[in-house]
Amino acid sequence: MRILLIDDSKTMRNIQKSVLKQLGYNELEEACDGQDALNKIGSFKPELCLVDWNMPVMDGLTFVKTFRQTDKSTPLIMVTTEAEKSRVIEAIKAGVNNYVVKPFTPDLLSERITETLAKCGANS
Amino acid sequence: MDASYITPFMTSIQNVFSTMFQLPVEIGEPRIKTESKTTHDVSGIIGVSGEMVGTIVLSMPSDTAESIVALFTGMEMGADTDDFADAVGELINMISGNAKAEFQRKSVSISCPSVVIGSGHRVASSSNIPCVLIPCNTDCGEVVLEVAIREATESVSTTSSSTAA
Repeated sequence: MRILLIDDSKTMRNIQKSVLKQLGYNELEEACDGQDALNKIGSFKPELCLVDWNMPVMDGLTFVKTFRQTDKSTPLIMVTTEAEKSRVIEAIKAGVNNYVVKPFTPDLLSERITETLAKCGANS
Repeated sequence: MDASYITPFMTSIQNVFSTMFQLPVEIGEPRIKTESKTTHDVSGIIGVSGEMVGTIVLSMPSDTAESIVALFTGMEMGADTDDFADAVGELINMISGNAKAEFQRKSVSISCPSVVIGSGHRVASSSNIPCVLIPCNTDCGEVVLEVAIREATESVSTTSSSTAA
């Protein structure tokens, strides 16, 4: 399964990579902001994206809205420090399938990824 | 400053450190900061805007910061590397984001983090915003949170900059 990690923090991308590798996912690509992600989507064709919210150049919410204009089905998980209910609702309305608040434990992230893939029928 | 603006940061640093790398944090007695320089030589800085304005700084001595970053990333790295700054930035990002969720019914945004490294540097913000210093003891050494925020309705302009001494 191809998974795109979108976060301006390399540290956070590395933590996510480590969790995903433990889950057996090795086809991973990284993007440092929403625009970088949009540039990579055409060639990488992700089957799941983990998206941060606060990023320079293009934030995660703008990325989700832009991405959803052409792709309604690829699962998106927002992984962010934005924990307010209003933000979660805003992200879900924009088209994310699940939401993880930082800080998170590896177990929680694993759980949300597995749950999202199962719900979206994309687990392989 | 309203104490309800400070308590979320105490809870948040404990939550972030314990969840991400199982490091307990003992909170000391908060006090108003009067000195202009940051407490230590590594600073992770976040700007706050919206219905609240100001700055939040995570200040750590280099050796403490290196130990904490090693726990966080699982890798030893020097304070002069980009990855070190990235990790410090992510820590203050999580601490601030987590704390702001506790500001009920307020629309508050945080900036992308900046990191400044060097002894004797100063993080300048509006002099009209009192800065509360929260000392935090860990097994890696002491870290300090410097919280200088207030409600935007008090119409204070916030300019934030950092200068290395």
